[in-house]
Amino acid sequence: MVSPAVAVLERHLCLYRRLWRASAFSSFVLPVLFLVSFGVGVGRYVGEVGGVGYLAWIVPGVLASTAFQMAVGDSTYSVLGDFKWVRGFHAMRATPVGVRDMVVGGLLYALLRVESAVVVFLVVAGVFGALRSPWAVVTPVVAALLAVAVAAPVMGFSASIDHDSYFALLFRFVMIPSALFGGVFFPVDQLPQVVRPLAYVSPLWHGVELCRAATLGVAPPWPVWVHAGVLLVFAGAGGVWAVSAFGRRLRD
Amino acid sequence: MSEQPLIRARGLVKRFGDFTAVDGIDLEVAPGEAFGFLGPNGAGKSSTMRMIGCVSMPTSGELRILGMDPARDGARIRGRLGVCPQLDNLDPDLSVRENLTTYARYFGMSRARARARAEELLDFVQLRDRAASRVEPLSGGMKRRLTIARAMVNDPDLVLLDEPTTGLDPQARHLLWERLFRLRQRGTTLVLTTHYMDEAEQLCDRLVVMDGGRIVAEGSPRSLIGTYCTPEVVELRFPDGVDPAGGLEGIGRVDPLPDRVLLYTGDGDAAVAEVHRRGLVPSSVLVRRSSLEDVFLKLTGRTLVD
Ligand SMILES: Nc1ncnc2c1ncn2[C@@H]1O[C@H](COP(=O)(O)OP(=O)(O)OP(=O)(O)O)[C@@H](O)[C@H]1O
Ligand SMILES: [Mg+2]
Repeated sequence: MVSPAVAVLERHLCLYRRLWRASAFSSFVLPVLFLVSFGVGVGRYVGEVGGVGYLAWIVPGVLASTAFQMAVGDSTYSVLGDFKWVRGFHAMRATPVGVRDMVVGGLLYALLRVESAVVVFLVVAGVFGALRSPWAVVTPVVAALLAVAVAAPVMGFSASIDHDSYFALLFRFVMIPSALFGGVFFPVDQLPQVVRPLAYVSPLWHGVELCRAATLGVAPPWPVWVHAGVLLVFAGAGGVWAVSAFGRRLRD
Repeated sequence: MSEQPLIRARGLVKRFGDFTAVDGIDLEVAPGEAFGFLGPNGAGKSSTMRMIGCVSMPTSGELRILGMDPARDGARIRGRLGVCPQLDNLDPDLSVRENLTTYARYFGMSRARARARAEELLDFVQLRDRAASRVEPLSGGMKRRLTIARAMVNDPDLVLLDEPTTGLDPQARHLLWERLFRLRQRGTTLVLTTHYMDEAEQLCDRLVVMDGGRIVAEGSPRSLIGTYCTPEVVELRFPDGVDPAGGLEGIGRVDPLPDRVLLYTGDGDAAVAEVHRRGLVPSSVLVRRSSLEDVFLKLTGRTLVD
């Protein structure tokens, strides 16, 4: 018998099959274009960062930030829409599917999407010679942890709001600062001391540093268990929030 | 097991904050029955249906569905129910067929079984020629049929239909009635809500009339008409400015509505003859058998659909 969470995942995949053209560009092509223009183009002026060429240095950053953006993308409008407009969660609610299955199914879908993009990206990065350590094989694991650490709390947020204008706040005050100050394009220690905590509280930075440690075979700034621990806490607390927000929204 | 009622409620109450939507109702539905809730907007029909469907918890009172407690066994009960909610919640971007198969999987059915069941249901609700098209552009009647097909996907013991035909044109409504009638014949237990008297008369063995969260009458369509109404009704319209109310006294029970006067009587033709004998000149006269509409009017003082 199929688990209800897998049935929820299958619905996401079924929808994806209908709408994939819209997202294939941003998940597969865009990151690679980014890599080429920044790594090769900008890299020519930047030279080396942390002892390696700029391209090799930003590969893990772009990879983690792609995972981050996809995780956010899959847990915002689609979640609110399934409460407000499509009422897909109400349809599930009338079946044996439970609130936890809805959240887990959504997370599994985000994971699948992120992992497929990460694998394509890694292959391209490998062809460019940007993977410098056999530890690169663990980057998909880091990306998975990062994806859940981001998708879970964002799902909780999306289930708690009543209007999509709140997403503008999320993008302006969480997404953009994370992308700018999360150590994707330049090392966080280049930032003024007062701004650095912004990076430390963002799951993106921890994901970026773990990915970078893996592809370059260097030690991350903080102990691995601290970076991983922060991501696990985000994932766990976010999951609890999401389940309770879904439950509250569907209870009447 | 088969003797036990599928639904049993005692003193069932649903409150939203201070507002009481369902105010202490008792009911029992036996296997194989077709049971209806009839009532105006806000009567508490949907609130009751959602509690029966185990998606809304009663504020107080006792509720057993299929012999189980919704608070403890919600998922198990829902696995054996089919629900057609008042608002469609189909996936507009998926095809008709995909809507059925994805939903079937929520019940833990194998992929092969889900596909086979979808094909059967496409025929049952006559949507085979639209099977591959997206749901969004379908007509309201087709969507409603699909929602009903989806509710049947797990071969439910109990089907809950909240206003299955509201907003449909007469042709679409008759097609749906015919499908629901077939379900009934196969022994599926149906519970439905409606605003339409003719629908209740067509589909229900037994029904309750709800108003303001309470059950105000209960019985078969025929027995309700027998109890609360006379066999015939005369509808009289008078030219503007003529107020005939006093002149009709003694002919039968008189119910003046804004646009017409209803006269409840055992013999319509005799009543019309008496109206004419008294020198009253209505602009139109209609003698008809009484219906649940009249019962409803008597019980709640309001017409059902204006
Ligand atoms: N979730 C809710 N929160 C607050 N009030 C509610 C909620 N659901 C229903 N109500 C109120 O409870 C009352 C009964 O609503 P319900 O939907 O059960 O009526 P109904 O008989 O189905 O009416 P209709 O024929 O319009 O569908 C209404 O006054 C409605 O506003
Ligand atoms: Mg209703």
